Amino acid sequence: MAMTIHVDIVSAENEIFTGQAEAVFASAVEGEIGIYPRHTPLLTRLKPGEVRVLKSSGEEEQFYVSGGILEVQPHLVTVLADTASRAADVDEAAALAAKADAERALNDKSAKRDLAEAQKELAEAMAQLRAIERMRKGKKGH
Amino acid sequence: MASGKEIRTQIGSIKNTQKITSAMEMVAASKMRKAQDRMAATRPYSDKIYNVIQHLAFAHPEYKHPYLQDREETKRVGYIIISSDRGLCGGLNNNLFKTVLKELKEKSDKGLEVDVCTIGQKASSFFGRLPVDHVGQAVQLGDAPHAHELIGTVKVMLDAYNEGRIDSLYLVYNEFVNTMTQDDKVVRLLPAKPEKPSEELSHHWDYIYEPDAKEVLDNLLVRYIESLVYQGVVENIACEQASRMIAMKSASDNAGDLIDDLQLVYNKARQAAITQEISEIVAGAAAV
Repeated sequence: MAMTIHVDIVSAENEIFTGQAEAVFASAVEGEIGIYPRHTPLLTRLKPGEVRVLKSSGEEEQFYVSGGILEVQPHLVTVLADTASRAADVDEAAALAAKADAERALNDKSAKRDLAEAQKELAEAMAQLRAIERMRKGKKGH
Repeated sequence: MASGKEIRTQIGSIKNTQKITSAMEMVAASKMRKAQDRMAATRPYSDKIYNVIQHLAFAHPEYKHPYLQDREETKRVGYIIISSDRGLCGGLNNNLFKTVLKELKEKSDKGLEVDVCTIGQKASSFFGRLPVDHVGQAVQLGDAPHAHELIGTVKVMLDAYNEGRIDSLYLVYNEFVNTMTQDDKVVRLLPAKPEKPSEELSHHWDYIYEPDAKEVLDNLLVRYIESLVYQGVVENIACEQASRMIAMKSASDNAGDLIDDLQLVYNKARQAAITQEISEIVAGAAAV
């Protein structure tokens, strides 16, 4: 039997995923990482983006996180997400609106909004959109 | 004895109060159920982050984070006190405040100074009146608070800890045991000390940290503290609703008893009036 690793994805307000998986992929601050069973202990911060879980059945599940912390133990992966929601639940319209909002704030220098905050919002919105696009492609392929 | 009309008015006003209390009871019951669900939903996160912190305590990092180190000397302590925003919830807040006052007295007997940070309207007004340093507050969080609404309050205390203004930090809240029982609880947040040693992690090892140990640990420990405070707030809301439900239930029951008693008095008065009238008529007829 193929080796599996226990994966928990939780956010402050609820539990999102728990179960066995063959591998986990996430976007850490230093770049994309893939974790297979018996990985060395690792503690890293996550960028806004998606976390993909490859289940033993060969299916892949996607989750959107807007940042958080990833812990790896040889037999265990824990994602402590700031806000995680199932990629399917991400509201595309809301993401677009947030992106437009952030862009407007970037261009509008007179606005009182903090530039760094606007850039962060933009990055989050882009990551949400990427997650949605990837899901669409996945659907067409089947 | 009060006249019939007076008693009737009194019964009417008690009935109105009873209507209000029983409505509040039902509202509290349904809110309590929701609050309990929310409490259950937040539990996985705090469990998981606690596990991570435990693992961390058995790693052998080169970088020792100040949040995990006991300070040599404690001069000043911080308290984060969680209360409800609204009253009419039995003795919930007052019991909690009594516990805090006892704690504060113990600390001041030891010559320690105290900083207080409050969450909830009731704690704000109570500790605002006391001669303690009230350094921060968060009020009107509503029934479904979000974790990010508490970041400010927690940060005030963490900053104080970082800058050495306080040497340890405690959290005070009501723990939800069941609908009938809520326990006041005082937990030490900082320095954080996980207890249970675990066998499999006892060998010498350490994490790989990305981008670096300090940044990751800073981030992780702040989240850890925030999650504990958030869990406390959510639990306190469940306690508030449970306690209000019980208080309103006993208020409605008491109103029912009062109405029964008054009804009896009213009936007696009415009957006495009728009897008197009859005997007057009879006496009048006999005289004729």
